Amino acid sequence: MAAVLESLLREEVSVAAVVRWIARSTRGSEDNPGEAAALSSLRPLRKEFVPFLLNFLREQSSRVLPQGPPTPAKAPGASAALPGRPGGPSRGSRGARSQLFPPTEAPSTAAEAPLARRGGRRRGPGPARERGGRGLEEGVSGENLPGAGGRRLRGSGSPSRPSLTLSDPPNLSNLEEFPPVGSVPPGPAGRTKPSRRINPTPVSEERSLSKPKTCFTSPPISCVPSSQPSALDTSPWGLGLPPGCRSLQEEREMLRKERSKQPQQSPTPTCPTPELGSPLPSRAGSLTDEPADPARVSSRQRLELVALVYSSCIAENLVPNLFLELFFVFQLLTARRMVTAKDSDPELSPGVLDSLESPLFQSIHDCVFFAVQVLECHFQVLSNLDKGTLKLLAENERLLCFSPALQGRLRAAYEGSVAKVSLAMPPSAQAVSFQPETDNRANFSSDRAFHTFKKQRDVFYEVLREWEDHHEEPGWDFEKGLGSRIRAMMGQLSAACSHSHFVRLFQKQLLQMCQSPGGAGGTVLGEAPDVLSMLGADKLGRLWRLQERLMAPQSSGGPCPPPTFPGCQGFFRDFILSASSFQFNQHLMDSLSLKIRELNGLALPQHEPNDEDGESDVDWQGERRQFAVVLLSLRLLAKFLGFVAFLPYRGPEPPPTGELQDSILALRSQVPPVLDVRTLLQRGLQARRAVLTVPWLVEFLSFADHVVPLLDYYRDIFILLLRLHRSLVLSQESEGKMCFLNKLLLLAVLGWLFQIPTVPEDLFFLEEGPSDAFEVDTIAPEHGLDAAPVVDQQLLYTCCPYIGELRKLLALWVSGSSGRSGGFMRKITPTTTTGLGAQPSRTSQGLQARLAHAFFHNQPPSLRRTVEFVAERIGSNCVKHIKATLVADLVRQAESLLQEQLVTQGEEGGDPAQLLEILCSQLCPHGAQALALGREFCHRKSPGAVRALLPEETPAAVLSSAENIAVGLATEKACAWLSANITALIRREVKAAVSRTLRAQGPEPAARGERRGCSRACEHHAPLPSHLISEIKDVLSLAVGPRDPDEGVSPEHLEQLLGQLGQTLRCRQFLCPPAEQHLAKCSVDLASLLVADQIPILGPPAQYRLERGQARRLLHMLLSLWKEDFQGPVPLQLLLSPRNVGLLADTRPREWDLLLFLLRELVEKGLMGRMEIEACLGSLHQAQWPGDFAEELATLSNLFLAEPHLPEPQLRACELVQPNRGTVLAQS
Amino acid sequence: MILTKAQYEEIAQCLVSVPPTRQSLRKLKQRFPSQSQATLLSIFSQEYQKHIKRTHAKHHTSEAIESYYQRYLNGVVKNGAAPVLLDLANEVDYAPSLMARLILERFLQEHEETAPSKSVINSMLRDPSQIPDGVLANQVYQCIVNDCCYGPLVDCIKHAIGHEHEVLLRDLLLEKNLSFLDEDQLRAKGYDKTPDFILQVPVAVEGHIIHWIESKASFGDECSHHAYLHDQFWSYWNRFGPGLVIYWYGFIQELDCNRERGILLKACFPTNIVTLCHSIA
Repeated sequence: MAAVLESLLREEVSVAAVVRWIARSTRGSEDNPGEAAALSSLRPLRKEFVPFLLNFLREQSSRVLPQGPPTPAKAPGASAALPGRPGGPSRGSRGARSQLFPPTEAPSTAAEAPLARRGGRRRGPGPARERGGRGLEEGVSGENLPGAGGRRLRGSGSPSRPSLTLSDPPNLSNLEEFPPVGSVPPGPAGRTKPSRRINPTPVSEERSLSKPKTCFTSPPISCVPSSQPSALDTSPWGLGLPPGCRSLQEEREMLRKERSKQPQQSPTPTCPTPELGSPLPSRAGSLTDEPADPARVSSRQRLELVALVYSSCIAENLVPNLFLELFFVFQLLTARRMVTAKDSDPELSPGVLDSLESPLFQSIHDCVFFAVQVLECHFQVLSNLDKGTLKLLAENERLLCFSPALQGRLRAAYEGSVAKVSLAMPPSAQAVSFQPETDNRANFSSDRAFHTFKKQRDVFYEVLREWEDHHEEPGWDFEKGLGSRIRAMMGQLSAACSHSHFVRLFQKQLLQMCQSPGGAGGTVLGEAPDVLSMLGADKLGRLWRLQERLMAPQSSGGPCPPPTFPGCQGFFRDFILSASSFQFNQHLMDSLSLKIRELNGLALPQHEPNDEDGESDVDWQGERRQFAVVLLSLRLLAKFLGFVAFLPYRGPEPPPTGELQDSILALRSQVPPVLDVRTLLQRGLQARRAVLTVPWLVEFLSFADHVVPLLDYYRDIFILLLRLHRSLVLSQESEGKMCFLNKLLLLAVLGWLFQIPTVPEDLFFLEEGPSDAFEVDTIAPEHGLDAAPVVDQQLLYTCCPYIGELRKLLALWVSGSSGRSGGFMRKITPTTTTGLGAQPSRTSQGLQARLAHAFFHNQPPSLRRTVEFVAERIGSNCVKHIKATLVADLVRQAESLLQEQLVTQGEEGGDPAQLLEILCSQLCPHGAQALALGREFCHRKSPGAVRALLPEETPAAVLSSAENIAVGLATEKACAWLSANITALIRREVKAAVSRTLRAQGPEPAARGERRGCSRACEHHAPLPSHLISEIKDVLSLAVGPRDPDEGVSPEHLEQLLGQLGQTLRCRQFLCPPAEQHLAKCSVDLASLLVADQIPILGPPAQYRLERGQARRLLHMLLSLWKEDFQGPVPLQLLLSPRNVGLLADTRPREWDLLLFLLRELVEKGLMGRMEIEACLGSLHQAQWPGDFAEELATLSNLFLAEPHLPEPQLRACELVQPNRGTVLAQS
Repeated sequence: MILTKAQYEEIAQCLVSVPPTRQSLRKLKQRFPSQSQATLLSIFSQEYQKHIKRTHAKHHTSEAIESYYQRYLNGVVKNGAAPVLLDLANEVDYAPSLMARLILERFLQEHEETAPSKSVINSMLRDPSQIPDGVLANQVYQCIVNDCCYGPLVDCIKHAIGHEHEVLLRDLLLEKNLSFLDEDQLRAKGYDKTPDFILQVPVAVEGHIIHWIESKASFGDECSHHAYLHDQFWSYWNRFGPGLVIYWYGFIQELDCNRERGILLKACFPTNIVTLCHSIA
């Protein structure tokens, strides 16, 4: 590899030729024969060039003092190169800072872990085999490894590989040669290994290198989720050191060998370069930035050449991750110091200047020069970064100094940029609203299931609120705090249908809380503006402030962060883990898959290039927003689908190798994928909708376990993705092809995916020159979604927050601080739960449909959307209307039929099921009217709606066509639904009515009796019933005692009380039946006390008892209330209950005349019948009374029964016996 | 009547071991003349209920019941007209109505062959005339009319108060032209949890969105508020979003801490209601 670079540096071959050589498998026609010859001999090494180049650059830059971003993740060199540290970098490990592939002697201090880990990420082709890359084995087995150098060939599995450098086939079971990934690499002795590139990585300090490589994204199932989910999230990647690290020195060894085979080569230096071993000066006390001066760049030409090759590789997408390279370049640009004091470096002799033996970057000046050279080649990408990054770049003094031209372009780009990316925070939880259509009892199999789900909903939100309150507290642990409650709740989900209900709730809540739409807040879905935004910015501001408080800032964790569950997503992740419910996971996967399919297939508006006026701008904003919502939803759903689907296969242990792996592969290849992502990807590519499909697919795949990429099914997917990646050359822009920002998004997400530890290291460099080969048969219309400008910077940065690391790097340079930043947050705007746009009905009705389609073709997209929207809504409303009119009428008929039935069949009414059948057979035929009514409704309603929504200026013909199409679509939709469902609907409603009627048949017929309201003039000023009950209760308690000597009531008060009671009873406004019942009972008690003269009267002792006249007046009032005002039953028989009559027993002398008076009046007013009273009196005799009382009672009884109007002769006889009853009673 | 926690505690302090009689209430009113009677009664009632909940168990041991019953029997033998049961309840610091129930149950156990059902007991408490023993009937009746915290009459008063305030709230909503669905309508539609009112169009009160309103004709103290939060308010929030609770008899100010979260407390119908303007051009 080095040979290629060397010949390049010696200008034996041109940069273009080299890039062509790398990028394409076949020899380009434009190559001149000399170059071709020079390169063709190196052909087997072609695939190794890019990893070599990247490693080379990292290694070369290792002397630049680590100045990277403060995030632990990205202080790449910091650790290794930090002088003065124990175990500080020695010669071998010196390069760790930015070396792509770590040196052989792995530094083992904790601080260096990140590097090593990151090193594990970036792979040359070689290590693949060591990781047991199955797909490679065949190709590999025939290869030989270079002998003396011990260098094993890596790279393509092409069987036709020339054998000049091949040696023995690899022994896969040899752990030394093929150590399990993550083990400490063996010593360098005698064997060279493909070097690895180190990518900067976030680190947690306690991780040590020696731990096995795990996918940190999948905590072991058995392990207790960490108290701070974020710790899990950011905890990196593979923990282990990649095997087969090789130092540059070994590379050089190789190089010498290669050279020896090439006679035309120039003499080679024979000793390792001395400067590599130069001691690293202490960094302490010298933190000032070294100024960079273009005049002091040491070897311009060489730097230019390398920069050009490097840039070309980037431009051709030969590097796995565009933004990682940019990050590296930005690091060089903002390098603060060189490790070795530049001035002390001996001037290099011209002889070594052009070779690789001299350091590429001899000073900060070189670094900056190189960086600026590269940046110049990528102005287009830079200019599409967000405004903030552009500003920092344009203001960078080094850039100005080294390339005023680039600075000028950047400044212009900044000034013209509208790409403000707002980094807002997620909203607090907003609950999923209860929708009777899906959530009421009718949707559950049993009452029990319904009520269980009711409780579960509440537990779910309780848990969520608790999480919101506590998850940021140190020491709080999800599993400890909530685990048992979650499992208890999941344990209650017995019925399968309950699971689906819960999953629906879970998924909706997930989307609601975690989806981060691209728009600038407020209304996300055009058709469902949420109330908050309509209430004004003030209120919205409050909401945002609340959200700010609830959410902690969050760092994205470096340019290549592992897949994480930031913010609220952590809750859902931990919930799934804590629930550890197989059923739940299965239902969740089903539901997620369904929703993904639905959203992925959503007909998003397509770009219409001829639409260039102002109106289309407005439309495009709406469409971008819609696209963003759909894309972000898809990504979220796919992430969770991936998480759950691969959950059973992920663990902390290293991936299996050898036979074990074979058997696992054999097994896993049998398992159908949870969602047919391969087909979806293929279709997406065909339909030119990669910009929608690929980003969510990447999220899904990022959770794959180590075995997944080895399965044929997923391997196909990766190959497709790789080809796509290679084909997305940013500089190639043409009509109908993918938009720049769309490409950038895809490059960013794919680049990120290629860094995921479970993606095989060899994969990226494996593929044979795919860029030419990547041609998909597009079946899509010429302008697919890919060609539409659907991605903006907001969406790009939302999907790929790690791009923001570039800005952090620059900002850090400005601030010069090394403190942690991390105020960067993901933006999530609150959304409503409404569905994502309506799917138009797509049934095509031959020519008419084609005509309609053609009609829309030349109209602005908004017209089509409007028509489709109107049709969808009117169709839906039509169904509702039919339900409220026709069906409701039928239900009423059913009710009256049922009543008849009940009357004829008696109270029993017969078997409900049978009744229902009879009713349905009578009523369902009427459902046929629904279609006619529906048609009429759509005809009546649609045109007006279309007219109201379209611009006034719409030409009449267009308008009328639009109206007609809307009518047709709405009718089609409504009728399709009605004809399929009307019978079932009627049946359901009638069934509900029948059970309602039957239930109502049962208890309390009295309560259902007609009740009078208050009179029309009533102003509802009467005393409140509660007040009266309370007042009467006080009187009763005074009467029955105990009471203080000074306690009592005045007759006036009693009168007033009864007056108020009358008012209250006449004003029914506040009266409820139980209150009236109690009032009735209390009034009877009061009457009994009056009759027994038991009410203590206030005033002078003489008046202690109520006067007869007053008592009679009060009784009269009561009688009138009972007669006129009470609407419910009054328990008058209680007046003659033993207890109340017994009250009389305590009074001395006993006075019976009030009771007699009362009884007479009761009969007089028709409140009680004589017979009834007679019966009561009769039963009174059965009670035990004192002797005299019993006699008097008998007398009273006789007196009453002897009333003159009584027809019975024997009662008359009694009357004769006691002629002067009143006197007798009084005297007794 | 919004009280600070300190104010509330001052009142609650005065209620320790006070029997639930009208005399106690009268004294309380004299002690805190500036507070509304309804608020004081509500606080008294709630405090007393808390007290009873704490001590309930000790009155329900078989020994305790037996000893109460014997004391009752001895008492009425001496003088059936004396407030034996009421005095007993006050003496052992138990609610008179509950004491009446206890003794009635015990009495019926002795006199009936089968253990009395709950509904029979309730019915007898509602209408003591049904109690087969006249003396006991009077004693029970006396307990019930003298108890201002427990018993069928008090229950009815509470229910009536609750109902009246719902009606009041409904009238206010109608007056303000705010369309709503009430509990019955919601139940008919199959809602599993039903606040008193769901607004068909949300409004804003003091900057907070209100989707539903719940009327509580009681004082909002910590204990009852937390129970309501758990059983009702959060459940409403879980389904309908943020809402408003009106504690007509006031509440402890410090409890109004979930405003930002979506539960707003008020002691009266809010005056400044912001509605959605339909006329935005």
